[in-house]
Amino acid sequence: MEWQRLIVSYIVGFVLLNVLLGLMAYMTWFERRVLARMQHRVGPNRTGPFGLLQPIADGIKLLAKEDIVPANADRLVFLVAPLLSFALAPLGAAVIPFGDTLHLFGIDIPLLVADINVAVLYVLALGSVGVYGIILGGYASGNRYSLLGALRSTAQVISYELVLGLSLVGVLILSGSLSLQDILREQQRSLVLGPLTLPNWYILSQPLAFALFLIAAVAETNRAPFDLPEAETELVAGYFTEYSGFRFSFYFLAEYINMIVVSLLAATLFLGGIDGPIADGVWWLAIKALFFLFFYVWLRATLPRFRYDQLMGLAWKVLLPLALLNIALTGLVRLWGIGAL
Amino acid sequence: MIDFSQPTPVILSEVRQISPTRRELVLNMGPQHPSTHGVLRVRLTLEGETVIACDPVIGYLHRGVEKLGESHRYAQFVPWTDRTDYVAAPSNNLGYVLAVEKLCGIQAPERAQYWRMIMAELTRIASHLVWLGTHALDIGALSVSLYTFRDRELILDIFEKFCGARLTTNMMEIGGFSREIPPDLPEMVREFCRYFPKAIRQYEDLLTENPIWLARTKGVGVIEPEVAINYGLTGACLRGSGVNYDVRKAMPYLLYDRIDFEVPLGTHGDVYDRYLVRIEEMRQSIRIIEQCLDQVPTDGPLMAYESQYVIPPHKNVMTTAEDMQRHFIWVIKGFSPPKGEVYHAVEHSKGELGYYIVSDGSPIPYRLRIRSPDFVNLQSLPYMAQGAMLADIVALIGTIDIVLGSVDR
Repeated sequence: MEWQRLIVSYIVGFVLLNVLLGLMAYMTWFERRVLARMQHRVGPNRTGPFGLLQPIADGIKLLAKEDIVPANADRLVFLVAPLLSFALAPLGAAVIPFGDTLHLFGIDIPLLVADINVAVLYVLALGSVGVYGIILGGYASGNRYSLLGALRSTAQVISYELVLGLSLVGVLILSGSLSLQDILREQQRSLVLGPLTLPNWYILSQPLAFALFLIAAVAETNRAPFDLPEAETELVAGYFTEYSGFRFSFYFLAEYINMIVVSLLAATLFLGGIDGPIADGVWWLAIKALFFLFFYVWLRATLPRFRYDQLMGLAWKVLLPLALLNIALTGLVRLWGIGAL
Repeated sequence: MIDFSQPTPVILSEVRQISPTRRELVLNMGPQHPSTHGVLRVRLTLEGETVIACDPVIGYLHRGVEKLGESHRYAQFVPWTDRTDYVAAPSNNLGYVLAVEKLCGIQAPERAQYWRMIMAELTRIASHLVWLGTHALDIGALSVSLYTFRDRELILDIFEKFCGARLTTNMMEIGGFSREIPPDLPEMVREFCRYFPKAIRQYEDLLTENPIWLARTKGVGVIEPEVAINYGLTGACLRGSGVNYDVRKAMPYLLYDRIDFEVPLGTHGDVYDRYLVRIEEMRQSIRIIEQCLDQVPTDGPLMAYESQYVIPPHKNVMTTAEDMQRHFIWVIKGFSPPKGEVYHAVEHSKGELGYYIVSDGSPIPYRLRIRSPDFVNLQSLPYMAQGAMLADIVALIGTIDIVLGSVDR
C-alpha cells in the first residue's frame, strides 16, 4: 500500500499548497485593511465587497506588467532568484499537522503532508535555504541598493536563524522529539496544577523561548521592525529594487507565505496547534495563526525600524545569551524532573 | 568634496567608480529616493554600512526665485514666496511682506498683526506636522505620518476657510489682509487649539519613550553649540543644541513682545533633542494662538492706512474716483518704495527666514535675496554624518527638516 500513501500525501500536499496560496492572497488584504484601520484610513474597499477582490486585481495587474531585466544584471541568476525564494516558502507547511487522521473511503488520510522525525530541523533548514533567493536576487540585480539589502539580509537571517533554532531547543528538551506530531501530542495532555487544569502548551512552560521565537521569527521573515533588507526609506526597496511585475510579486508572495508558515509553526510549537478547549480541530490552529498574523501587522503599524548595528547587537548580545540561559534552565529542570540531579 | 569648476558629468563618472582596494562603495542617494524629501541628492561613500563621506548635491529644484523677484513688481512676488517653502507658505509670505513694509515704512493695523501671528503659528504647526510625519516615516514608524497628516488637514481647512487655498495660500498682502476674517474663523481656530494637545500626546505616546525610537535618535547627529553657531544654523537645529536664539524673542516683530511664550531648548544637540524641541514648539504655538485670539480686536481695519503703497479697498475703488485712479496705478504700474536696502527676518518653522531687498526707487526690486533657513541648515549634514551609519543619514536629513523648494529656491 506504499503507492496509496504516496498518492494520498500528494493530494493533501496539493490541497494544502492551494489553500496556502489563497490564504497568502487574503493575507495581503487582511494586512492592508487592519493597517488602514490602525492608521485612520479605510484601506482597499472598492474591488468587490469590503475590497475582497483586491488581491485578485493586484495579481492580474502584476501579471500584466512588463518583466524588466536591467542591462547590467546577471541575467540567469536574476531570473531564477525570485523563483527560488517563492518555491521554498510553502515547503515549511508540509510538516505542520492540521488535525488527526481522517478516515475516508476506507483510507487513512493523515492531515499533514509528511510526518518526518526531524521536522523542526527541516523547517529551520528551509529558512536558511530561503535566504539564497534574497542574496542571489540582490547580487544579480547590479544595483547598489539591492546589494546592500542582500548583505543586510544575509547577516540578519544568519544571526536570527541561530536564535530561532536555540529558542526551540527548550521545547525539544521537554518533548524529547523533533517531530511536530510528537510535540503536538505532548501538548494535548492536561497539566494539573493543584486546583487548576491547564493544557500542557509550551507557552506556559517555555515563556522565554516563546518570546525569543516570536522576535526571531519576525526578523527571519524580514518584517517590521526588522525589515532592514527592504527598508524603503534607506534602500529604496532593498534586494528587490530592480524587480518588476510578477518577479517582484514572487518575493512579495514568499514573504507572506513565510509569515503564514511561521505563524502556523509558532501556533503548533507553543500554543498547542489544533488543541483547543472544545472540539479540537484545524479551526483552533487557524485562530492561533491569525492572532500571530495580526501581531505582525500590529508591529508594523506601531514600531520604528532598528538600525543595522542595533539589530545585530540585539541578536548577539541579548537574544542569544537569553536563549542559552533558557536551554540551561530547561535542561536543569528536566534533569531534576527525571531524578538525575 | 565636489569640484564646482568641473562640469557635472565628472561627478557622474566618479559615482560609477569603485576603488576595490579601499573597500568603499559610492552610493548615489537621490534625487529620486523615497526619503530625501524631494529632490535632494546625497553622494555617500560607504564602507559596509558606515558612512565615510557625505556630499549633499542641491539644485534639482532651482527655479531662480530670487531672479524672478528682481523682475516682478513688489506685490507680484508674494505668490512666488508661497512656492519656496511650500509646506509653510503663509510664513514665507509674512517674511516678505514684513520686509517690504519695513522698506516702505508702513505697518499693518493691530488686528491684522494678530491674525498674521495666528496664521504664522498655525503654519508652524502644519509645517512641524509634515516634518514629524516624514521624519518618523523615514525611521520606520509608519502610522505617525498618517496621524500628523490627519491633523494637518484641520489647519489646511482653516486656511481654506480664510483665503480659499490650502497649500500655496498667497494669504498675506503688503499692508495687511484685503479679505475680511470670516465670522466663524475664530471659533474654528479655538476648536483646533482645544483638540490639538490631545493629538500631540498621541504622537508622543508612539515615539517619545519608544525604545527603538530612542535608540535611533539619541546620540545621533550631535552638533555642539559652537559648531551650530559657526554653521549659521537657526531654528530647532540650533535650539536643539541649547543655544537660545529665536527671532520672535531676539528681534520681536509683529506683536510677539506682547505674547507670553517659552523657547524650548535641547541639551545634547542630537536628533532626539531636536525632536523634543519641535514637539514643544507646537505646544507653545498653541499657547501663542490662544493668547492672540484673546487679545485680537473683533473689528477694525485689516489693511494699513491708505497710502500709495497699499491697494485701496475694493468698495472705495467702486465708489470714489481717487481710489479708482490709485487702484489703476497700483495694478498697472505698481508702487515705488523709497531707495534703500532692508533685511527682515522672521522665525520660520525651520529657522530664521530673512528677506533682503535693495530698492532703487523703481517698482521692481534691484536685488532680492532670500536667506532660507533650510539651505543654511543643510550645510551641517556632512558634519553630522561623520561616522554615521547609512540608516542614520535618513534620520539626519529628516532632523534638519528641509524642503527642497526652499533650499534650491
